[in-house]
Amino acid sequence: MRRLLLARLAQSLIVVAVVTTVSFFVIRLAPGDPFNYASPRVTEQVREQWRHQFGYDQPLVVQFARYLGSVARGRLGYSFSLHQSVADVLKEALPRTLLLTGLSLALSFAIGIAVGVTQAARRGTWFDRITSGVLLLFYSLPDFWAALMILLLFARWIPIFPAGNMVDAMHDYMPPLRAFWDSLRHLVLPVASLTLLTTASIARYQRAAMLETLPSDFVRTARAKGVSERAILWRHALRTALTPMVTLAGLFLPALLGGALFIEKVYAWPGMGYVAANAIAGRDYDLVVATVIVGSLLVVVGNLLADLLHMAIDPRVRA
Amino acid sequence: MRRLVAHPTGRWAIAVIVLLAVSAIVGPWLTSYTGVEQLDIVALKNAPPSWAHPFGTDQYSRDLLARVLRGARISLLVSLLAVTLSIVLGATWGLIAGYFGGVLDTVMMRVIDAFLSIPRVLLLVALMTVLEQVPLWLLVLLLGGTGWFGVSRLVRAETLSAREQPYVEAARALGASHTRILLQHLLPNVAAPLIVAATLSIGNTIVLEAGLSFLGVGAREPTPSWGSVFLGAVESYAGNWWAVLFPGLAIVVTALAFNMLGDALRDVLDPRQVHLAHRLPDSATALPVVQRDPRPTAAV
Repeated sequence: MRRLLLARLAQSLIVVAVVTTVSFFVIRLAPGDPFNYASPRVTEQVREQWRHQFGYDQPLVVQFARYLGSVARGRLGYSFSLHQSVADVLKEALPRTLLLTGLSLALSFAIGIAVGVTQAARRGTWFDRITSGVLLLFYSLPDFWAALMILLLFARWIPIFPAGNMVDAMHDYMPPLRAFWDSLRHLVLPVASLTLLTTASIARYQRAAMLETLPSDFVRTARAKGVSERAILWRHALRTALTPMVTLAGLFLPALLGGALFIEKVYAWPGMGYVAANAIAGRDYDLVVATVIVGSLLVVVGNLLADLLHMAIDPRVRA
Repeated sequence: MRRLVAHPTGRWAIAVIVLLAVSAIVGPWLTSYTGVEQLDIVALKNAPPSWAHPFGTDQYSRDLLARVLRGARISLLVSLLAVTLSIVLGATWGLIAGYFGGVLDTVMMRVIDAFLSIPRVLLLVALMTVLEQVPLWLLVLLLGGTGWFGVSRLVRAETLSAREQPYVEAARALGASHTRILLQHLLPNVAAPLIVAATLSIGNTIVLEAGLSFLGVGAREPTPSWGSVFLGAVESYAGNWWAVLFPGLAIVVTALAFNMLGDALRDVLDPRQVHLAHRLPDSATALPVVQRDPRPTAAV
């Protein structure tokens, strides 16, 4: 078992290395560089000097070697638009995104599983049909549009929540409890938007997994032994039906990063998605490559976590 | 098809899609505005919905209803073509990997693993920024070229079980070539989940296309795709909610219709393998297949 895990780990590292290399070369082989934006105030001489200063006049292989050296030293390159090492930029942005996505992930799994199980237990009833319809509707919403509409509704028409940013401008001057309350209020809309969108697909999966489990023999056995319907559903059947959900949780981690790209832009939440969007717009090469690497790292970590969890809860996989 | 019409939600999905297709085709003749001309930049700037302009106008005084109708053409066309491309790519890759198996299969699937670990939205945004000008055919190519990894997994899994069937052996015994077995015998047998996956990813692609435009890449002015209709509106959206609401509703209705159709198709064709997988990476399409591996629960 340990050998299998090690093999998976080695495989993941190779994948990340390949992704790093490919994204480095793709973005550099594209026409243009960060310094040829149109501006009458920048002379060609100055551009040349910038290129020289940041090493963009070197051959690609040299640039790549330098980049790898920077990665090895844990700096991940230099972001010239923010005048910081990329590692420092990520150190600030990543926790913010993880806060946002972590909360949404926890909430949407709790709600999604509860809804999915209830639906499966009442298959074909009005409750099932109506919630299925509503979930499909949520599922079809474009992320950014849903976020915009929620923003319009709860920050403009019924202004009960702040419209963006992580904290109020006066945050630093508030007493601790007020400041905490302020942070919390700024979290509500982004988390709610992200949760709304992910809950729908989780509930759909849970319903399907439950429907596959309920006709099992062990469920019939439990029923025959007189176990209450509630215990059958939430203790016996759910345990089995949760296994696919574990895999799903691993897959959702990176997917939420993609969703966060839109949500963070709408709510001006200065996390990974926000940084990525700005980096791409500003052609900050090292920062773009770094966000792609972090994205693929999250995929790999998510998959590994899912494998580990799978082993923890399912003895059949451990064998 | 008949069973699809009899299906309670499939019926409505088809009706909505037909309506959408018709309005996308004849749309430009339905309104007297083109959606491109600037009607009256002073008096009609950001005009709220009225009888003359049911969806209102945008900041350049263009009629939004006309723009949404025109956008339908581009959005539907782009996503249909992109999905077709990704289905062809994914089916070819998956069929070959699943049929020949062995080292080839391992290598091909590892490649898919690598592709799947790059977040699609991030990859697309990066590529499209670097390319700067993205004409529609390139948009189709990019959307289709990044959407087939999940499909290939799905097809491979189906092919793996299909190739062990007696009919494949019989065909081989009769001297059929590999190409013939792949196209004539295996393809039709993996078609059902493929159709469902395709339908579900149309809605997904429409949403994605709009999202990319929202981020400032993708279809751009003056081409009115649903996404680019947003773009102008979003910058000043606080005042003119209609410019955000109506194009968004068009996307939601379309995506919902295609997802409903996909669900209905799954009920009718019953390939239990495919589940809606859109907010998760494409790899999740293949998830339930893994779960169907032999379970010792039936040990009676």
